[in-house]
Amino acid sequence: MTDARKVDLTRVRAYGDDLDDGQVQTSFSLPVPFGDEANEAAKQLAMKMGLEEPMIYHTHDLGEGFTFFIIYGTCQHSVDFTRIEVPKITAKKRSFYTINQAIEETFGRKLRIIGGCTGTDAHTVGIDAIMNMKGYAGEYGLERYPWIEAWNLGSQVSNERLLREAVSFQADAILVSQVVTQKGVHRNNLAELIDMAEAEQIRDKMLFIAGGPRVSHEMALELGFDAGFGPGTLAPDVANYVFDELHARMNESVENA
Amino acid sequence: MSALDLDPGVIGRARSAARAIADQVQTVVAPRTTVSVERTVLRLLGVDGVRKRDDVPLPNVVVDHVAKHAGLEGGIFRSLAAAMLATDSTAQQVAEAVAEDGLTLTHPADESAVRALGTQLGEKAATRIAQRRAERDQLLEEYGTGPDPLHYVIVASGNIYEDVTAACVAARQGADIIAVIRSTGQSLIDYVPYGPTTEGFGGTYATQANFQIMREALDEVGEELGRYIRLCNYCSGLCMPEIAAMGAIERLDVMLNDALYGILFRDINMVRTLCDQAFSRRINGRAGIIINTGEDNYLTTADAVEAAHTVVASQLINEQLALDAGLEPDQLGLGHAFEIDPALENGFLLELAQAQLVRQLFPESPIKYMPPTKHMTGNIFRGHIQDALFNLVGVWTGQGIQLLGMMTEAMHTPHIHDRYLSLENARYVMNTARDLGDEIQFKPDGVIQNRAQTVLLKAADLLEEVGEEGILASLSRGVFADVKRSEDGGRGLSGVLSKSTDYLNPIEEALA
Repeated sequence: MTDARKVDLTRVRAYGDDLDDGQVQTSFSLPVPFGDEANEAAKQLAMKMGLEEPMIYHTHDLGEGFTFFIIYGTCQHSVDFTRIEVPKITAKKRSFYTINQAIEETFGRKLRIIGGCTGTDAHTVGIDAIMNMKGYAGEYGLERYPWIEAWNLGSQVSNERLLREAVSFQADAILVSQVVTQKGVHRNNLAELIDMAEAEQIRDKMLFIAGGPRVSHEMALELGFDAGFGPGTLAPDVANYVFDELHARMNESVENA
Repeated sequence: MSALDLDPGVIGRARSAARAIADQVQTVVAPRTTVSVERTVLRLLGVDGVRKRDDVPLPNVVVDHVAKHAGLEGGIFRSLAAAMLATDSTAQQVAEAVAEDGLTLTHPADESAVRALGTQLGEKAATRIAQRRAERDQLLEEYGTGPDPLHYVIVASGNIYEDVTAACVAARQGADIIAVIRSTGQSLIDYVPYGPTTEGFGGTYATQANFQIMREALDEVGEELGRYIRLCNYCSGLCMPEIAAMGAIERLDVMLNDALYGILFRDINMVRTLCDQAFSRRINGRAGIIINTGEDNYLTTADAVEAAHTVVASQLINEQLALDAGLEPDQLGLGHAFEIDPALENGFLLELAQAQLVRQLFPESPIKYMPPTKHMTGNIFRGHIQDALFNLVGVWTGQGIQLLGMMTEAMHTPHIHDRYLSLENARYVMNTARDLGDEIQFKPDGVIQNRAQTVLLKAADLLEEVGEEGILASLSRGVFADVKRSEDGGRGLSGVLSKSTDYLNPIEEALA
């Protein structure tokens, strides 16, 4: 067992089976033919990644002048854990029943949430898991919430249509899912939505929330969203955030009045 | 002796219900044509290329032109043939004249000359398709192919030339089928892009030039390896029959070609898709192409345990529709998938029951088995094990086509070594368990036997219910994949036309 007191949090290194051993694994292919020169190239590349004494555990001739490597090595870098700051969503964790009750008591009306996969993305797995009746991993989706009016527009929704429908639906929040990406197209889609919302002066009228395997809260904030949810998110995470944020804004506007 | 004791009475009941549903579809399809069907006629008459000033494909230019000037209800061929006869030109020359020189097409005067030309050109197109098929048969005989289940992997770089590299590497690592995933969104554009393409999102555009480039590369590497490498693409979306024509011309071997997929998952209008699938399958049938149906997708939106019977019901419908279009049973790669939640105790037993059930229901068809996707996580190490279990079920139950799972599924389009690791996984598992299925009988009244019977029974009940309600109404109610679609909703409805009483489609007649 590691003696936690020995960990120097200002110089945290990768851990294999001994503190500060720096052990990491990486695997990659190189567009060079299989052989000794390929191995040497892979080692040199690993050293440039910061791996001391890289060991090639496995190499395979892929053909067509490509070679695959699995490498272990000692990573010489460390990070200062004491200076790390990550923006986080600080919503309370309430259950399905509690959140519905809270909405009823606080707002006295259903919260309206619209969502979809935008652009050319046809992968609805994420948005379905959050919104559809059935939900995911034992948690009901938003459609099942008696105090949430949820409308899932499904796949390949244009940003234009999403905004139009959101306005006529009088949405309190928009959920945008981006799953499959290539060459960063998901970022462009998300950024475009915010640009369009600003142009139409509806950016502040509702919450803009992004989700997907490559989305983080930090990245969503960068792109101008109110929040971002990454992998592993379930419906209550989103419902709680929407509730807390709308509640906070309601209180703010009361104070300002 | 079969591994599962299925009740032949229930199978018969399910099949005859599916038959009745297919008959309903025929009444939707028979009196209608679509813009994509008419564009397909042009393609098989040799029309190709784009209008110079705006790159609109010539089949679109001509179909839009005739729709505006003469009407499409009688079929595109009449107007085209009139100009061909009047100016002694080929279909391509007429198309170019419409696009570049402002030629106006009108109704023909001499009906019998048009019909005679139609018969002649229809036969020519059929011969062209038959030649490519004979070429495949010869290559298959010469080189042979890998053992079942065939190893199917995807390439999806967006750049056809990178795809070629990836495909050749995959072939060398043991792939039998290379599928070039289409650029996401292509299914919703009402034309087929033209020429070689090097930019795409989540895949590479299906163009005839891209088909040709990949075909040549696979023939070359296949010759070197002494194994025929099959090429697969996506005969789906708004241009379904046009892609079938391109595939027939460029000798593709496998096509995703589902009767209901576009309706459910791309929100394409149901009448449009039903008409398009019928004509596309007619072409695929004649070209000797194995079609893959998309029931596996149901389990990405609906639960794999609860919705298992909808997969079987849809397979039976797809089977009847395909037979109607002239496909043979050995061309039906009916789809299903290994999508049960890995956390479910004994989930593997249910997967096994389902795979064996499908295998036994369609003994002559090369069933297409899809890997886990819904329950793949970023934990690639666990994902690799899920794929190994999937491979075990595939070889055990004798699936025909195994679409190999990638450990990085749901994270990114496959990297070059993702494919290698996946192929190595399949080779290992399938080799070490090759004849397992011949050794195993399932316990009477056990979990697997009972599960299979239950799923089959529910499928038969569902089919009877759908038959009674009507297939279009059932789709509106969300019977499949939990997705609801309305008869007059969805994309592409404006491209559906009622045929006139003298409708003429020489390609359809030649392929009938």
